[in-house]
Amino acid sequence: MLFGLLLAAGMVFLSSPGGAFAAEAPDTPGGDQEKTDFYFGGIITYDDQPVAGVTMTIEGGGFKAETVTDAEGKWRLYVPDKDDYVLTVDEDTLPDGVIVDPTQLPEGIQPKQGTTASFDVTFGLTGSKIVNLFLGEGERVTTSFIDQLVERLMNGLNFGLLLALASVGVSLIFGTTGLSNFAHGEMLTFGAVIALVFGVWLHIPMWLTIPIVIVFGAALGWSLDAGLWRPLRRRGLGLVQLMIVSIGLSLAGRYVFQYFIGGGTYQLPGAGAPRDIKFGPIALSWIDVVSMATSIVLLVAVAYWLLRTRVGKATRAISDNPGLAAASGINVDRVIRIVWILAASLAAIAGVLWAYFRPGVKWDMGVQVLLLIFAAVTLGGLGTAFGALIGSLIVGILVEISTLWIPPDMKYVGALAALIVILLVRPQGILGRKERLG
Amino acid sequence: MDWGQIFNNTAYWVFSPETIAYALAATGLAVQFGFGGLLNFGMAGFMALGAYGYAISILSFGWPWWVGILVGCAAAVVFALILGIPTLRLRADYLAIVTIAAAEIVRLLLTTQLFDAFTNSADGLGGYHAGFRAANPFPKTGADGEQIVYGFGPWQWTSDQLWVRVFGIILLGIAVYLVWAIMRSPWGRVLKGIREDEDAVRSLGKNVFSYKMQALMIGGVFGALGGVVFALPSAVVPATYTTSLTFFIWTILLLGGAATVFGPVVGSVIFWVIMGFLDNVLPVLAQADILPMTAQQAATLRFILVGVALMLIVIFRPQGIFGNKRELTFVK
Repeated sequence: MLFGLLLAAGMVFLSSPGGAFAAEAPDTPGGDQEKTDFYFGGIITYDDQPVAGVTMTIEGGGFKAETVTDAEGKWRLYVPDKDDYVLTVDEDTLPDGVIVDPTQLPEGIQPKQGTTASFDVTFGLTGSKIVNLFLGEGERVTTSFIDQLVERLMNGLNFGLLLALASVGVSLIFGTTGLSNFAHGEMLTFGAVIALVFGVWLHIPMWLTIPIVIVFGAALGWSLDAGLWRPLRRRGLGLVQLMIVSIGLSLAGRYVFQYFIGGGTYQLPGAGAPRDIKFGPIALSWIDVVSMATSIVLLVAVAYWLLRTRVGKATRAISDNPGLAAASGINVDRVIRIVWILAASLAAIAGVLWAYFRPGVKWDMGVQVLLLIFAAVTLGGLGTAFGALIGSLIVGILVEISTLWIPPDMKYVGALAALIVILLVRPQGILGRKERLG
Repeated sequence: MDWGQIFNNTAYWVFSPETIAYALAATGLAVQFGFGGLLNFGMAGFMALGAYGYAISILSFGWPWWVGILVGCAAAVVFALILGIPTLRLRADYLAIVTIAAAEIVRLLLTTQLFDAFTNSADGLGGYHAGFRAANPFPKTGADGEQIVYGFGPWQWTSDQLWVRVFGIILLGIAVYLVWAIMRSPWGRVLKGIREDEDAVRSLGKNVFSYKMQALMIGGVFGALGGVVFALPSAVVPATYTTSLTFFIWTILLLGGAATVFGPVVGSVIFWVIMGFLDNVLPVLAQADILPMTAQQAATLRFILVGVALMLIVIFRPQGIFGNKRELTFVK
């Protein structure tokens, strides 16, 4: 059965982008989906004749559903929440040379920029919304494959850079202490929750919230090392024990966040800003630009710190050989304390950026990327900070680009599978030194 | 506060299917980690394969229920092979990261819309009970046509509920007996030797990789059986099989004692009885304004306590309640 699933996954991966699957209309409109209290519905007609067999998709807030119009041209799509969605008509399933007539759209509905077949739709006062579409002859506007690729590439770069902020911390902690920190995801959530408290609940502007997040992140890193990890190192706990302690910390941490902010999702100010900054096919929102700039500035600063400052060099020395570093007069405990403070501040900022990227602050948002961070760190080479950077960019771009071929709800599978494959082929990672790992 | 009701609701968990399922999975983890030294953080994946292997065999292929159980176990063996080949030769923490990632892959594949025809995606599967219930040896109704209630006090079940528990306990008994038997056999001694010093065992001419792989498979099959027992009474939902489930199994194992035969069973009973007790008491305390929090926060509090308990056990008593400290010198 498992082989069957893998085989099917492989077949989907190989099928060409945009390849339409043959689909049959449900017996009753919406009969092929899970019923909820909210739905969009309507009829598609061309020259007053119903059009059957048109594939319609609805997408928004991580939800996606698909249906096909029946012989009377009717369709219905159920959605989980009363929210904004994007309705898309698959133009490959329309009659030739025909598009959705933009002049006959229902009031308040516009085609999305750059397309003729995608529409922003929203509910009125009731739990249902009728969107009747009339077809007419016209020129199709679609995003070409290359443009899509470029757009996903930019998205992936943005995601990879924010992952890198977190992975560098994981890698430095692993390098200096040998600990695989499973609680790193919670350190991301912590930053996002602090941003939520100050930026949203206390109405402090975002440019001031970011430094506050850094300070709180640093305080978390200091207290984790001073209150937990250093005493445990003194007790002489083994690495496996430390790892399990970090798992307990991760479990406790994620439920502490749920305790305080509940199970809901909260948006930070400016989240979901329109993508109105354009360079050729690339459209970015100012949030994306600020996010990428922040990541790059911080990563360059960390690189400078590692390569040029005394403490940074000491950090690399400890990663190389802790015993030798201690013998040559480096205060290992002090360096480890600094590494924890640095890693936690970087993770807190990464958490804020991740809250903008997903978008939303949620109690388990850190857990969702923890394994991608591990994948990035392993890919780059455990314990090498620059490897973590490269690994993160590869993982981020891989995750985003893979959605060209595989459904969005499987986009993390590719990155996690890459983690397993890299261990088969090159277990020390891209930048790791070849040594016996067994 | 109705203490009698709280006692009854708590005592229910001693023989609940969840307790038996977690005990089976923890027994599997004891073979892998406690006796073999393998850091498997993908137990949720093994359990998911057991549960889905059982449900899909019945629903999609119409096979008998006992074939479904065998399919679940076979899926776990294949999964162990896929995990073990790349990682068993590497350092222990690599296995940890790969298993946790692989378990997430399994969960994502079971959640995606792509295989909706087989897995019913995020909604999960149900209604596969007919075959298992037809095999129930306990009569449903007495001579007078009344439904028979088995048991007494807090433990009162219909015949179907009793059958799930009896079947689960039989599986658990077999698993515990097998662990006891193989750990005192030459095979078990070699496995424990690998746990203590891999190179020493290798120098004796043993194929370390093969022993580790067998331990991973045996533990995985127990995990899959745990998944089956978990699925027997109600339904399978992919959201159950998150990394949290794996961490709960670890808490149970370390609570009872990693390198013990009965530790996982006792750990599971203690875990679920405490969880059941807190689930009943905390919201009541919150409503009575004894705890300054909402009932919802009180329900979350017990999961925070699980995390804290896991940390405290590992720091202060890594051998667990029943373990022998000398058996756990390999954890370093």
